Order: sequence, then structure tokens, then C-alpha cells
Amino acid sequence: MIRIALLVAAKDLRIERRSRVLLWQVLPFGVMGLVLSGLALGPTHAGHSSAGPGLFYLVMLLVTLLMINRSQAIEGSRGTRASVATLGLDPAGVFLGKALALAVELWITGAVLLAGAVLVLHTALVGTLQALPSVVVILAALAAAGTLYGALSGGGQGPATLLPVLSLPGFAPLLIAGERSFSASLHGGAFWQWWVISLVALVAYLAMGILLYGVLEDS
Amino acid sequence: MKQLSQRLLGPVTLVLLGLTFWLGLWLTPPDKTQGNLARLVYVHPAVAWVALYVSFGTATIASALYLWKRTRSLVMDRVAHCAMEVSVVFILLTLITGSIWGRPTWGVWWAWDARLTSTAILGVFALAYLALRRANDDADLRARRGAVFALLAAINVPIIHFSVQWWRTLHQGATVFTADRTLLIHGLMAWTLLISFVAFTLLFFWLLRARYRLEVLRGARYQVALDEALVQRRREGVR
Repeated sequence: MIRIALLVAAKDLRIERRSRVLLWQVLPFGVMGLVLSGLALGPTHAGHSSAGPGLFYLVMLLVTLLMINRSQAIEGSRGTRASVATLGLDPAGVFLGKALALAVELWITGAVLLAGAVLVLHTALVGTLQALPSVVVILAALAAAGTLYGALSGGGQGPATLLPVLSLPGFAPLLIAGERSFSASLHGGAFWQWWVISLVALVAYLAMGILLYGVLEDS
Repeated sequence: MKQLSQRLLGPVTLVLLGLTFWLGLWLTPPDKTQGNLARLVYVHPAVAWVALYVSFGTATIASALYLWKRTRSLVMDRVAHCAMEVSVVFILLTLITGSIWGRPTWGVWWAWDARLTSTAILGVFALAYLALRRANDDADLRARRGAVFALLAAINVPIIHFSVQWWRTLHQGATVFTADRTLLIHGLMAWTLLISFVAFTLLFFWLLRARYRLEVLRGARYQVALDEALVQRRREGVR
């Protein structure tokens, strides 16, 4: 299962490296989202830093939606899904691989947007660095959940409007946990509680993905 | 016997609902602190109980049984779908009755409270489930995806249940029992509350049964239309 996961993740990341979609489309979208959030709040310095964690995760959610669509569209071309199915790969491994590739892409985007949050939204650097463990776990959980929701929404072949409807309610608890832990690390609160909750969510989504991805692939 | 119980379900539900409203509005005394507003306790908790546990629980169990190969059947898929549809109605009622209670007690129709927000998210989950089903034409695909999504959505139910303990919320904690199982409501008020829970639970099963029958009829109609279309195409081929 792990070997298949690494193979699938390497394949997805290789496609991403060659196509440069992350670099030229997703990252500019995320940065624009962050800048527009700052503009929407107006020129208040204090408002920006207090809303920073929430805005960071909101933009990350929108970026995640783009990346899920992209991740699923890789197999969207005619015959690709069927030919992958004939390889007889373990669905749990495929799920883990796709989730891992998505997580790596989200971590890269998250790193850029965190730097953007420090620069544009004036979040404290030390607090932002303290938030890193929770950001890593939350983005991994988003990747695991997103891979499942992506498969549910039709794997790049279903209507494009379905994915946000399905995934955003599922992402909401992760948004809350992420925002709370980031805010706590900025303002000196107990962020480890939220980190543990995020970790539980990650494990839950991974377990559900390993168990259920095969059902979706079979169909 | 089975037919008799099915026939009696509707009338018994209506009688119990009528009894709940009669007891709740006229016979039970007003609350010491909340006055007549507390009469919502005979509606809101029972509706929420059905929304979160009975209907969503039915949809989740039926979905899990559909995914398990031994129990996979069209019946399970239909039960899950119908229960989720009824669930949407009850979640909406929960939010409306909660808002009616919230306005005089908290001063606002809506608050960013953990229980309110998580219940609203559950409502969006239920609507998304229905959207997912409508987006898939293939029956098997629809059933599988719907079942997986229902299981994912069910994660939210324990979050709602424990939200009043995990977060400091505006929403009150346990209403009927304390943490050490001591009864907080007594006498006629307790009986009315119990009857309201039974009445709304039976209302759910009545609605579920009606919706299920409708779904069976729709499936049969679809099959007849499909057969007719096939016959017509064959005739066209012969010509």
C-alpha cells in the first residue's frame, strides 16, 4: 500500500512539476486572494493582524478547491481512469498517494501564503512560526478530506459546482480548528489542544479514505 | 399485524402531537424564570432529537448497510435517501424553533454559537447529500457516492452533541438530565416532554414511510417508462 502510495504521489507531483499549474495558476490565485482580503478589510493595521489567521485559512480553502479539481482532472481524460483501473492498484494506496501529493502542494502554497500573511496582514513572525505544526497537520487533513470529496464529486468528470457544495461543510471544522490554533499561537493561548483536534481529524479522514476510496473507485 | 401497525402510525402520531400541544400550551405551568417561552421545550428538543439522532442516524445506518456487501440492497439506499430528505425538514425546524427561543433570551435571532453553527453545517451536509444524488444518473453510482457522503457527514453529529461541553457556548447544556443522570424536569412537564419526544419520533417514521412509498412508486414508474421506450425503439427497428 505504501509503495503504491509513493508511486501515485510521485506521478501526480511529476505531472504538476511539468505542467507548472501550481506555480503559474494556483499560487498567484492564493496571493491575490490574500491581498484582496486585506483590501476588503480596509487600511486598519490591528484588524488585519487579528483577522489574519481566519483569512489565511479561508484563502487556503479556496486554493484547496482548485487543487482538488486539478488533482482529479489528471485522470479525467478519456480512458485514463479505466486504464488505471486495469492496473489493479490497491485503492487505499491510490488514495494515500493522491492525498500525499495534494498535501505537498498545499504545504508549498501554505508556506508562500504564510509569508504573505506576515507581509500583507501583519501577523507576528514568531507566532506565525509557532503555528507551523498546526498548519502542517490542518493542510494534510484538508488534503485527505479533499481527495475523498474530489472522488465523490465525480473525479473531474462530475459537475464543477458540486465539489464546493460537498466539501465546504466538511472543511468547516478544519477551518475552525486551524483558525483557533493559529490565533492562539499569535496571542499566547493554548494552541496544542487545537493541534490535537486537527491530528484526530487527519487520522479520521485518512482512515475513512483508506476504507471507502475503493468503493468510489469501483463505481 | 404489520399492516395494522402501519395504518395506526398516522392516527397515533396525530393524537400524540395534539396531546403534546394541548399539554404544552394549556395544562403545564409556565417556567419560573422564562415564563411561557419555556413551552418551546416541548417542541425544540424533540425536533432536534429527531433531526440529529433519529433521521440522520437512520440515514447513516442505512448507508453503512448499503456499503456492506452482505446487506447491500435498493431498500437500504432508498431508506437512506428518504431519511436524509426528512432530516432536512427537521434540521430546518430545529434552527427555526431555536431562533424563536434565542431572540428573547439572547437578544438575537442567530449567534455564532458552537451548537447552532454545527447544526447549520449539518443542514448544509444534508442538502449537499441531496445535490450529490441529483448529480448522478446512474443508480449504482448514486447509491455508492451517497452512502459514502452520508458516513462522512455523520462525523458532524458527535461534534454537535458534545459542542456544549467542548466550547463555552450560549446554548444551554443538558436540559432533561444532569451529567450524573439526575432528572431536571418533573411532574406534568416531564411527561409532556416525554410525549413530545415520542410524538415527533413517530412523525419522522410516518413521514419516512410516506416518502419511501413515493420513492418506490417513482422507481416503478421510471421502469414502466423505460420498458415502453425500449418497446418503441424495437418497433422502430422492425420498420
